[in-house]
Amino acid sequence: MDLENQKRVKDFAEKYGPENLVVILGAAEGEAAGLAAETVTAGDPTFAGPLAGVQLGLTVYHICEDEMKAEVDAGVYDEQISMMEMVMDVDDIANEMSSIRNDYCKYL
Amino acid sequence: MNGYPVLKGASYTLAVTPDMVIHNGTTQTTEQIVNPDSEYLKELPGHLRSFEDAVAYIPNQVYIGNAKPADLASTEFPFYDKKWPNASRDGKYGQIMPQDEFYGVIQICDVFDLVNLEKSFAAEVKGKLAAQNLFTEAQLAVLDKNESTPEAITALVNDEHAEGLYMNNKLVGAIKRAHDVDVNLSAHVMLENLVTKASNVISLIELVKKAGVAPEEVDYVIDCCEEACGDMNQRGGGNFAKAAAEIAGFTNATGSDVRGFCAGPAHAVLHAAALVKAGTFKHVVVTAGGCTAKLGMNGKDHVKKGLPILEDAIAGFSVMISEDDGVSPQIRTDIIGRHTIGTGSAPQNVIGALVTNPLEAAGLKILDIDKYSPEMQNPDITKPAGAGDVPEANYKMIAALGVKKGELARGDIASFVKDHGMTGWAPTQGHIPSGVPYLGPLRDEVLAGETKKAMIIGKGSLFLGRMTNLFDGVSFVVQANDGSAQGGQGAGFDEAAVKTMIGQAMRDFAKGLLGEE
Repeated sequence: MDLENQKRVKDFAEKYGPENLVVILGAAEGEAAGLAAETVTAGDPTFAGPLAGVQLGLTVYHICEDEMKAEVDAGVYDEQISMMEMVMDVDDIANEMSSIRNDYCKYL
Repeated sequence: MNGYPVLKGASYTLAVTPDMVIHNGTTQTTEQIVNPDSEYLKELPGHLRSFEDAVAYIPNQVYIGNAKPADLASTEFPFYDKKWPNASRDGKYGQIMPQDEFYGVIQICDVFDLVNLEKSFAAEVKGKLAAQNLFTEAQLAVLDKNESTPEAITALVNDEHAEGLYMNNKLVGAIKRAHDVDVNLSAHVMLENLVTKASNVISLIELVKKAGVAPEEVDYVIDCCEEACGDMNQRGGGNFAKAAAEIAGFTNATGSDVRGFCAGPAHAVLHAAALVKAGTFKHVVVTAGGCTAKLGMNGKDHVKKGLPILEDAIAGFSVMISEDDGVSPQIRTDIIGRHTIGTGSAPQNVIGALVTNPLEAAGLKILDIDKYSPEMQNPDITKPAGAGDVPEANYKMIAALGVKKGELARGDIASFVKDHGMTGWAPTQGHIPSGVPYLGPLRDEVLAGETKKAMIIGKGSLFLGRMTNLFDGVSFVVQANDGSAQGGQGAGFDEAAVKTMIGQAMRDFAKGLLGEE
């Protein structure tokens, strides 16, 4: 996750409280989604950004996971996401996300 | 003008610069500031390739035209542990230059006496460059002016804010700052700009040598790299195009720079094609050098996974776009895709704007295009870095939109990727991979009758400049020449026009018989 986004997530967590925040990812593959999820839960694994060593433990989902899909208007989802759903390995992404959530998420 | 602007020729070049990876790539220079004792910086030198290995690297041989895109597609992944048989630095479309010669070219391109090379190093380089037959005697003579001793060069770097040029980590030259205060003329910026100029010049000269372009015929040159040239009062004033064309000997040309991040080359081709279609100029060259900043950009992942540093070369390319010659592949100036401000960022809207909207407007389907050339990043570089296979992702998106539109069956996505796509071979130098690496091979394939229609797609991440959250893209279709330059628009044969011409010829003939002038 780039340094600017790490800073934004950190600022939002301080402003609204980490228990009130959900991070929604749109990464195109499992490994990248997992790295971003790890960053906002266990801290920046590259130790380069503002979240290095900061364990926010935020609730984090990928937009293609069923839990998120259920929250979105079906028409909007079709228009904005459905094409990418065909392209992405959704199962791989969902596995990666749930393993990170199980290990590090503090607010489930 | 009847017909369409045509792809007259293309050149592609690389300069393998392992020492610049360490000293000028931003991943490494950032690490040197943030974490100077890091394991990565210690391990990095052991992962740099030899020049011979970089030459034999199959994606590089595809880039300069000694291997075809199909050869890479039939190579088992990964590519870094394989070599192209009979690999050569000299390619059909250009060449791969070693670092020492490239430093010599940088000095030839420096017209403000900013570059100093160590005297014996310069003499050696002059001999090697002379054998390449790229520059005139007068240009090569610049290398004779070096009187610098190793001590003098060390002093420039240590005391005068100069940037060092290294060979095997030994200091062999320096680039001085061009102003005491102005950061836009600092040694760092001057090095970046001279590198992009030098790699641009090599590509322009190779366009002359390999594609048979007559330099004096070129009317206009458009540079589309991602650097900015200017001083504190006009930081991006330009003009790399004219500066590079001057050294390459395009004496009858002027030019300008077009910018659009990675989409720059596709925009520049549209500008060039429009200038030719309008009849403003007959021959326009689109050209760009590469960038030092992106050297070793994904180096941390490559080192961590035991790979060589694959981002070890400065790239360049040049393409000549000319008035219709009735033979060369045509750029369809009437089938243009563009990501507009209102398009939004949802991938399906983006692919719609760039691919299906322009095709539908021209009465074409997705499958009517034989090959798509989006961002042609080499997956050998991007996959180990967690960025996936970029061209493949683009092909899947195009196919998925085709499924949504009912032009493809869902089960056909994989075969679409194979049949209408290509394995990426371009170095990850930002603008360099963006659609245009295919223009050279495409011209050959079209002339050989192997490919009839292709779409070139350039995309750019405008948000990196923090001026807008938008990104951008444009696309265009290239097709086999339809002969429309000789006939009516697109018809190939306009009977009425021919009758008129014959009638006029008969009248002229009759006048001649009657003795009238």
